[in-house]
Amino acid sequence: MTTLTLSKALNAGLRKAMENDPKVLIMGEDVGKLGGVFRVTDGLQKDFGEDRVIDTPLAESAIVGTAIGLALRGFRPVCEIQFDGFVYPATNQIVSQLAKMRYRSRGNVSLPVTIRIPCGGGIGAVEHHSESPEMMFAHTAGLRVVACADAADAFAMIQQSISCDDPVIFFEPKRRYWDKAEVDTGSGVTHALPLDRAKVVLDGTDVTLLAYGPLVRTCLESALAARQDGRSIEVIDLRSLSPLDMETISASVRRTGRCVVAHEAPVYAGLGAEIAARVTEQCFYHLEAPVLRVGGFHTPYPPSRLEDHYLPDLDRILDAVDRASGY
Amino acid sequence: MTVESGAATTDQLVQLLTPEGERIEHPDYPLDLSAADIRAMYRDLVLVRRIDTEAISLQRQGELGIWASLLGQEAAQIGSGRALTLDDMVFPTYREHGVAWCRGIDPVKLLELYRGVSHGGWDPEEHKFHLYTIVIGSQTLHATGYAMGIQRDGAVGGDSANEAVIAYFGDGATSQGDVNEAFVWASVFNAPVVFFCQNNQWAISEPLEKQSRIPLYQRARGFGFPGLRVDGNDVLACYAVTQKAMQAAREGQGPTFIEAFTYRMGAHTTTDDPTRYRLASELEAWKLKDPIERVRAYLVRTGQAEPEFFAAVDAEAKEVGARIREACRTMPDPPPLAIFDNVYAEPTSILREEREQYAAYLDSFEEAGR
Repeated sequence: MTTLTLSKALNAGLRKAMENDPKVLIMGEDVGKLGGVFRVTDGLQKDFGEDRVIDTPLAESAIVGTAIGLALRGFRPVCEIQFDGFVYPATNQIVSQLAKMRYRSRGNVSLPVTIRIPCGGGIGAVEHHSESPEMMFAHTAGLRVVACADAADAFAMIQQSISCDDPVIFFEPKRRYWDKAEVDTGSGVTHALPLDRAKVVLDGTDVTLLAYGPLVRTCLESALAARQDGRSIEVIDLRSLSPLDMETISASVRRTGRCVVAHEAPVYAGLGAEIAARVTEQCFYHLEAPVLRVGGFHTPYPPSRLEDHYLPDLDRILDAVDRASGY
Repeated sequence: MTVESGAATTDQLVQLLTPEGERIEHPDYPLDLSAADIRAMYRDLVLVRRIDTEAISLQRQGELGIWASLLGQEAAQIGSGRALTLDDMVFPTYREHGVAWCRGIDPVKLLELYRGVSHGGWDPEEHKFHLYTIVIGSQTLHATGYAMGIQRDGAVGGDSANEAVIAYFGDGATSQGDVNEAFVWASVFNAPVVFFCQNNQWAISEPLEKQSRIPLYQRARGFGFPGLRVDGNDVLACYAVTQKAMQAAREGQGPTFIEAFTYRMGAHTTTDDPTRYRLASELEAWKLKDPIERVRAYLVRTGQAEPEFFAAVDAEAKEVGARIREACRTMPDPPPLAIFDNVYAEPTSILREEREQYAAYLDSFEEAGR
């Protein structure tokens, strides 16, 4: 076991994937010499060369579009989109090409492309650097959408995404890049939790609290605080946003009877809406309260001096838990 | 504001066969083809035109949802298509029926797409011919990436170098961001890719002047690689320039932009009505530059083909037409649950659930005896 930041764990996972498979490439803006603006690819170009760690021209559509071509040629490209708000120029390539090629080709073509996107707010950034665009991709059939929340998962999930034969949109919680955890970098990922499974990170009996990416830590802190008041919250890290692991979610809600979903993305038409609908359908007779959601507002991401109001924090999450418990 | 446009000037046009069927020499493109080679090109030109005509009729009769005609662009497609090695990789638009023919794709596969039976469905690697791409220009980036893959496989340059990539697109696509990004990338990475632009003068209703103020081939210079303009209705010239550009790419000299100056003699697709936006006289002028007639005139005048040859090609065209017509009309719809196939390598839990629910819903009709 080694203590690593989430950023370093991703770096170790990428390194491992590149060592294990010579077809794995990394491409993006500033990923080479600089090592990425968050240093996630630090040192990789030095060790694997400029042909495998490619500093690209500044064109997101081309990063994904050429990755598709490289995948058609048998490579496994890992694209870095520098910031969440920069992914939109690549939307056509992701949604119309990457996601649909297997279907279009009736299974003749696989595109094992991983697209890494640092996401979410909380770092005091300027506009376009704090967004949560995951639902645009979760809504698109043909893509797998995942989000890691801790260093151990970051290490395993990035390797699982790269070896997955489907395109994977991989969200990294940027304000958690510096969070440390124990990571077993010596182990393979064969025994790791499958990429499409959610994980119960804290057992509880009164309320099921669902989160992913940056808010998993916030939810854990909320649950620990609630414990002082004698309330037992079960926290689940969804990990996979598409597909959703409804089995794990429903099993928990059937026990607790209450469910709160938290995410940074706007509540409106967010993942919480999909979960609420499915939980209602699958756990109707076990529910003691409606499924409640806490998240961003239906506004553009605000200037950073206001982001603490926008981002769900411990108090807003516990407020939702209180409301769910009040029924 | 109206601007003067030089986009349509025809100076610097590479031509080896005039519209009258006269063979002319070009210092940069010496070409030594046998009579059999040229007859084979003629055969391809006639057959793909026939396939196209048949497809239009099938659409008119309700057998196809839509068809994008290649009428007028046969030489650009057969000339460039025949210049490729079996190892070269092609990235087409949705109108490259002639190139598809050169790559051994059964035209019935193309009809499947336009009938609505599949979105394509051939194996791109088997034919080295990627799926039709409908979003304008997107495939130029795939082509560039694929070419970067050839580089990483160490397959560029050297004696055994036998593969490069060709990306097809139209004049309208040159305004797309993806196409310009592909130019930047191909140039910066010196990727073995040839950009083959069929400038057919019209992007549905928009004339070339809406896309460019300079001849398209001149744009290549700004990106740092050579560009040239070829008579797109001249199958020999299209063959020669493509062969040379592909060879340069295979040898490691990077990309070339080829502007095949041609004309979309038909509508954009069967849903389009060109009488709303262009003059009949323009079409009449281009008919005089027909890509097939000039080859026929050349073969006849030089005694490289007998009347029996032309009769045999016509008979074969008829046969091909009849075959694809029959295949189209008897083509079954896919079974309903095929909707759920091939979305992911393995169906996800969400997809499995939807499939099961829909199957049960369909079964409920059977049980109810409806």
